[in-house]
Amino acid sequence: MASAPRERGPGTKRRVRSRTLAAGCALVGAVALTALVSLVWLPYDPADTSGGRLAPPGAAHPLGTDRLGRDLLTQVMIGARIALAAGLGATAVGGVLGVAAGLAGGFATRWLDDAFAVLSDILIAFPVLLLAMLMVAARQASLGPAILAIGLAMSVTVARLTRILVKRVLAQDFITAARTSGTSWPRITVEHVLPNIWPTLLVSLALHLGVAVLAEATLSYLGLGAAPPNASWGRMLREAQTTAFTAPVGVIAPGVLLAVLVVGANLVADGVRDVADPARRRS
Amino acid sequence: MLPYLLRRTLLLAASLLLASAVLFVLLRLLPGDPANALLSVGATPEQIAAVRREIGSDRPLTEQFLSWLGRMAVLDLGTSFVSDLPVGPEISARLVVTVPLTLLAFTVSLLVAVPVGFVAAHRPRSWYGALLNGVSQLGVAVPVFWIGMLLATVFSLHLRWLPAGGFPQDDWADPAGALASLALPVATVALVMSASLIRYVRSAALDVLDSDYLRTARALGCSLPGAMWRHGLRNAAVPVVSVLGLELATTFLGAVVVESVFALPGLGSMLVRAFAQHDYPVIQGVLVVGTLAVLLAGLLADTAQRIIDPRLRDTAGGGRW
Repeated sequence: MASAPRERGPGTKRRVRSRTLAAGCALVGAVALTALVSLVWLPYDPADTSGGRLAPPGAAHPLGTDRLGRDLLTQVMIGARIALAAGLGATAVGGVLGVAAGLAGGFATRWLDDAFAVLSDILIAFPVLLLAMLMVAARQASLGPAILAIGLAMSVTVARLTRILVKRVLAQDFITAARTSGTSWPRITVEHVLPNIWPTLLVSLALHLGVAVLAEATLSYLGLGAAPPNASWGRMLREAQTTAFTAPVGVIAPGVLLAVLVVGANLVADGVRDVADPARRRS
Repeated sequence: MLPYLLRRTLLLAASLLLASAVLFVLLRLLPGDPANALLSVGATPEQIAAVRREIGSDRPLTEQFLSWLGRMAVLDLGTSFVSDLPVGPEISARLVVTVPLTLLAFTVSLLVAVPVGFVAAHRPRSWYGALLNGVSQLGVAVPVFWIGMLLATVFSLHLRWLPAGGFPQDDWADPAGALASLALPVATVALVMSASLIRYVRSAALDVLDSDYLRTARALGCSLPGAMWRHGLRNAAVPVVSVLGLELATTFLGAVVVESVFALPGLGSMLVRAFAQHDYPVIQGVLVVGTLAVLLAGLLADTAQRIIDPRLRDTAGGGRW
């Protein structure tokens, strides 16, 4: 998969395999599977508090219950849904807006591009999380605005990367050749620019997915993200903190799953990079 | 060097100005009048109008912004909607927690990441190379507040070695007590930061180990540590220093989040509380100070990079600017 070099000889079928990519897909897939299962089946009703407060893990409740007596496994499964929705949603928003803005900046004339560069340099000074917090600030804390805010904040870094990549491609001789032979700019974008930049963009988006998942968890932990009916992992951690000593599973389970998802996304990014550019493969 | 510093300082001022404008507009564009935050649900229209006049939110946006800028120029960041206290002094009072936390965590993470990164690069395929790589992969994938919760549970609730939260009432009057309160937060942020730094150091060290000049030095009889010390370190430092500005900014952000875990009275807990209370002057003030810190970190990193790498100094115009 990824960008097979065009110049490879006839009949030489190059199969690139990446154990990193496979491992990453397996980890992300495990979380995705949990989220899918949670849509059709849950061990308990999420609002069912019949399990008794802070029950230890046992036959009835594999991970025990939280301080309100709700089944922890149920909560964690719903959390997978929210984490994935937040990660994918924010990455989609950031990717679409960022790539569009980056393409515009990359193709733009000199002064417009300069203005773009200065603005993105300044916006980059705001960390993603602070921007997102700022945008969520005035509204009631809830999941939708948090996802949108994380996506908007991410679009700045995506746009910056896209702009640099587009500039690099446009400086190449084959673009001049295409222009000379009368190819239109939209066609050049679709046929020459995008195929050359998408592997790098894909790597960046996979890394951004991890960042978005962590950002949502952090916002929810600080009380600025998912509102109470949504069992976000971040909010579960916030609620479990006071009972971390007596009921450690409530702290361990959401954290481990967060790590699984984010490590998975990072491994996918590394794997895509390996496959797209075997020369840079390391260790 | 001096023209460069001058230009960069001007740019920094311009950036800060623009960033404050963006911040101001963003906060005002958000739905909801700041006056709402001050009033209870049953306020009459007259009461709302009175409050709007008092805090100035009935005037045009540009006028509000200019008057805010004017006051900021004389270091007056306004007064909190909620506590009615001036924002500036409260921020400086809280900086005595956040600044030491950020700088200590940053220093510790550098001291950990540089040697570990080089060791991990030395034999990337050995068991310890793979182990260190795996640990740093894991370190960048877990939320910083979770590490804080785990450390607090183990080291203060379980082992009872260190306080689980809070900060001495009289700040640094008792340095030992203050340091004890900061130990776990610093360890938390440093753990996460060194995990991401190790990746940069390792990658830079791998580039150096692959380089022709290092092979030549080895061929001429230099030992590997000697060649690394004389030629490798400085070359490897260039890409690492370029990310340090951003890393310092991330450390600051980590500190902001971790303050909530350990109930530290710093800038972060001030910001989180201000968000919850819609206390606009406080949000603005803290974010402007935070942005200034981030911009300063970037300036420092770029300047350090030019000192380390003479090639950057020779380029006319200093690259992009």
